[in-house]
Amino acid sequence: MAVSNSSAPHDHDRVVDVWGPRTPHGRDDRWPSRVDVHLDAGVGPADVQKWVRSACVLCSNGCGCDIAVVDGQMVGIRGRADDLVNKGRLGPKGLYGSTPWASSADRLTTPLIRRDGILVPTDWTTAMDRIVAESQRLLRTKGPLSHGFYTSGQLFAEEYYTLAVIGKAGLGTPHMDGNTRLCTATAAAAFKESFGTDGQPGCYSDIEHCDALFLWGHNMAETQTVLWSRVLDRTHGSEPPVLVCVDPRRTPVAVEALRTGGLHLPVRVGTNLALLNGLLRELFENDLVDHDWVDRHTVGVDDLRKLVDDYPVEKVAAICGLEPDAVRRAARIFGERSAVLSTVLQGFYQSHQATAASVAVNNLHLLRGMIGRPGAGVLQMNGQPTAQNNRECGADGDLPGFRNWDNPDHVRELAELWDVDPMVIPHWADPTHAMQIFGYVADGTINLLWVSATNPAVSMPESARIRSILEKDTCFLVVQDLFLTETAQLADVVLPAAGWGEKTGTFTNASRVVHLSEKAVEPPGQAKPDLDIFLSYAAAMDFRSRSGAPLIGWHTAEEAFDAWRAASAGRPVDYTGLTYDKLRDTSGVAWPVNDTHPDGAARLYSDAVFPSAVDVCETFGHDLLTGAAVTEQEYRALAPDGRAMIKGCVYVPAHEQPSEQFPLLFTTGRTVYQFHTRTKTRRSRPLDAAAPRAWVEMNAEDARDLGITEGDVVVVESPRGRIQVPARIGMITRGSVFAPFHYGSSDADVHEPGGRQGQANELTMTVWDPVSKQPAFKTAACRVRRADPVRPAIEATTAGQSGP
Amino acid sequence: MPHLTTYLGMALRAEHTLAASLGVVALGHAEQADVHHTCRLLAGMSEAHTQALAPIVHRYLSRDEDDIVEPDRLHAPGLTRARGGQIGLLRDLQDLHVLGTLVQTTWTVLMQGAQGLRDRELLAVATRSNSDTSRQLSWFNTRMKAAAAQALLVAG
Repeated sequence: MAVSNSSAPHDHDRVVDVWGPRTPHGRDDRWPSRVDVHLDAGVGPADVQKWVRSACVLCSNGCGCDIAVVDGQMVGIRGRADDLVNKGRLGPKGLYGSTPWASSADRLTTPLIRRDGILVPTDWTTAMDRIVAESQRLLRTKGPLSHGFYTSGQLFAEEYYTLAVIGKAGLGTPHMDGNTRLCTATAAAAFKESFGTDGQPGCYSDIEHCDALFLWGHNMAETQTVLWSRVLDRTHGSEPPVLVCVDPRRTPVAVEALRTGGLHLPVRVGTNLALLNGLLRELFENDLVDHDWVDRHTVGVDDLRKLVDDYPVEKVAAICGLEPDAVRRAARIFGERSAVLSTVLQGFYQSHQATAASVAVNNLHLLRGMIGRPGAGVLQMNGQPTAQNNRECGADGDLPGFRNWDNPDHVRELAELWDVDPMVIPHWADPTHAMQIFGYVADGTINLLWVSATNPAVSMPESARIRSILEKDTCFLVVQDLFLTETAQLADVVLPAAGWGEKTGTFTNASRVVHLSEKAVEPPGQAKPDLDIFLSYAAAMDFRSRSGAPLIGWHTAEEAFDAWRAASAGRPVDYTGLTYDKLRDTSGVAWPVNDTHPDGAARLYSDAVFPSAVDVCETFGHDLLTGAAVTEQEYRALAPDGRAMIKGCVYVPAHEQPSEQFPLLFTTGRTVYQFHTRTKTRRSRPLDAAAPRAWVEMNAEDARDLGITEGDVVVVESPRGRIQVPARIGMITRGSVFAPFHYGSSDADVHEPGGRQGQANELTMTVWDPVSKQPAFKTAACRVRRADPVRPAIEATTAGQSGP
Repeated sequence: MPHLTTYLGMALRAEHTLAASLGVVALGHAEQADVHHTCRLLAGMSEAHTQALAPIVHRYLSRDEDDIVEPDRLHAPGLTRARGGQIGLLRDLQDLHVLGTLVQTTWTVLMQGAQGLRDRELLAVATRSNSDTSRQLSWFNTRMKAAAAQALLVAG
C-alpha cells in the first residue's frame, strides 16, 4: 500500500498537486490503495484520541474516511484504505476543508428571529413556536399549497425521508425540491426517460475495465479529484483507455486526453445535442450498431434512426464549431472499442437541451449494448455528496422509492405504509420544481418557504431576481444552516444546524454506494441535527396517521433509516438488506441490498432487464423537446415492458444567442478548491488562499481583440447584471467566457468589500430544461471590457485559478 | 374541389391564429420562463406548418382557379391579449388548447382528403403537422395540470 504523507504539519501540498501521487496499474487490475491523511498543525498521529467512521461530503464522490478527534474537536481526516470508493485517497477539499469550518467563530449557535427588521438571538421554543404558528395559520387560511420546502444535496437520507413524510403525508404539499435541481436533476431525468426509473447503471470500478472513456461536459479533474486520480492511474499504466473529452474549455481532462492520443472536442456552448445526434447518425451510417441486442432489449430505434438522419457530420461540425474529422473519429472510437464508459456532468446538465443530450449519451450505449458489464456503462454523475438520497427519499418532489406519482398503486403503497388517506399525498401532476417554487413565492402564493442547508441567494440563476423573491414580505422564510449565509440574512427565522461529524446518518454517492457517517463531536451551542429540527416541527404540528398515532414514529437516525428501508422495499432502490451494523462492517455498500443481492450490486441491468414495465416505472416519460408528459395510455402503447427506451430529440439553438450588444457566450462552473457557495471551503485557510476571489477565463484571441491581458480587471455584463473580476487568459473556445459560480457577497473582493463583484449568477438567465427542470447556467450572452478606470492587474494565486 | 381548398385555407388560418396566439401568451406570461420559451418554440412549429402547406395550397388554387372560401363558422378568434396572474395563465392555456384542437381536427380532415386524392405531398405535410399538434396539445395539458391546483386554491 502506498502511503501519501500529507500529515506533516503545515503541509498543504495537495493544493499544488491536487490528484496526489500515481499508483499506475494495468487493465482489469484492482485499483491500489493510497492512504491520504491530514491533521491540523501541531497535531501528531499519536495525539488523536479517536477516529470516527464517515465519508467525505465535499464533492459527489463519497470517499470513505475517518475523522480525527482530539478533546471533542475534529482535527483532521484520513482516507479509508478498505473503502470501495477511494481506497484511502482524499482530495484537497476533503483533506483541508472537511473540519476547519466546524470550529469557526462565526458558526450559528442559537436560533435567530427577526424583530423590528433585525435578526436577534432567541431560544428553540420561541423560534419553533413562531414557525408553527405561521404554519398553522397558513394551513387554516390557505391550505397546504401555501408551504414550500427547499433542501439540499448535503443532508442525510434519514433527514430527506423524514422531511418527505412531513411534506407529503403531514402537510400534503407538492412544493418540495432541493438544490439537487441545480446539480443532478438531469441525471435522474435521463435515467427515467431511458430505463424507466432513476438509478446509476454503472460503477466507478468500470474505470479499471474500460478501453475507452468519454467525458461529456465533465471536468472530472476538478470536480471529483479522487475519481480523476483513478483515471490517471489507468492512463499512466499499461493498456490505457483512450480518452475523449467534450468540453468548450481546455480542461486538465482535455489535456490528458490529448497527451494520451485521445480527443478533445471543444464543442460550442449550447450545442451538445447537435453533436450527439451527429455521433448517433455515424453509428447507424457505419453500421456500428449491435442489432441483435437492440432488437431484444430496446424500443424506439427506428424513430431515432429517422430523426438523426438530419444530422450529417459536416452540418453538426458547423453547428458545434468542430472539425468534421474529429466528430467522425469520436464516433469510430465509440463504435469500435469493446468496453466504453461514459461520464456526464454539468457541461450537459446545466446546458441547453440537458435531458435530451444526456439521454442521447444513453442512446449511444444502448445502440452498442454497452451497459451492465465491466467497463461498459454509463455514469450520469451527481454534483453533490447526498444528492442521490434526495432523489431516492423524495424530498425533491418525487415520491420515495422511485415511485410513480401517476400510478395509483404506487401512491396507495405509500398511503398504506404511512397510514394516511391517499388523497393527502400530492400526486396530481409532476412535482413542483425549484424554479417554480420560487415563482410561486414571487406570485405570493407560497407564503412559507423553508430552506435547509443551501444558499439560493448565491447559487440560483439571475441573482437579482432571486434576492427580490427572498426579500418578499408575503413569504415567511425559515433558513436552517451552519452559518448566517447570504440567504439566512434574509430569513424571518434562522435555525442553527449541526453539520457533518456533529450528527449521524447515511448517504449515497453517484455510484449507489452507501456510507454511514457517525457523529464524532458535539455541535456548538444550541445547534441541532437537521433530523431533530424536522422531528420537532412534526411533533409540534401534531401530524397524525388515520389510526390517530403520530405520523412519524421515529426519534433517532437509525430508526429513521429503518423507516426508509421499509419504504424502499420491493423497489429498484431496495435498501431492505442494509443496516447500520452492516455499514459499520463494510466500507461502502452499493444498493440494491436485499435477499437477491445481500452484499449489494456493483452494476444494474447486467441481465439487460430494465425497470420500464408499466407497473414498475417511475414515470411514463416526456417529450424531450417540450417536456409534455406522456400519458399512461401512450406508454402502454409503447410497451417497453422491461426494455430500454431509445428516445431522440431535434436540436434547437439555445434561448439566448450572442448579439451585437452581447457578442460572447457566458458559461459557469467549478474550481477544484471550492465547493458550492464556499460555506465550508472559504473557512479552510489553504483552500481560501488557493482561490480567494472570482475571475473570468477568456480565450486569448478574444482577449487580444478587447485589449485585455492576464490579470486585468474586467467588467462582464449580461442583459441581467454585471460582475467585475480579474481576467485569466485560458484555452476556452473562441467566443466564450467562463466564470466560477462559488463566489457571493462574503468573499474577498478587490474593489468594494461586501459587494457582489464576483457572483457569476448576476449574469445567468432564468430558463430551465423542459424535462429535468434543471436551470441552464451555461448559456447566456455577455460582453467584456476593461474596468474603467483601469485597475492594476491581479496575479493568479494558483494554476487552478486560470484553467491550464 | 372547393371544399378541399376551403379546408386548406382553414388549416393555414388556424395555424396562423395558433402561432400568433402562442406569441401573445409567450410575451404576456414572460415572467414564467418555461411558458415564454415553450410557447415560442410551439409557435415556430405552427409557422413551419404553414410554410410547408403554402406551396400545396398554391398548387390547388392554380389548378382549380378557386378562391379560398372562408367557412361560415369553423374558425376561432385568436388571443389578442394575455390575461394576468396564475388563473389568467390557466385560462390562456385553455384557449390555446381549444385553438390547437381546431388545428388538429383540420389536419385530420385534410389527411383523409389527401388519401382519397392520393396526394402524397399533402398527406406527408398533414401527417407531420398533425403529430406536432399532438405535442402542442400535450404540452398545454401538462402545463395546465401543473398550474391548476395552485391557481384555483391559493392564488388571490
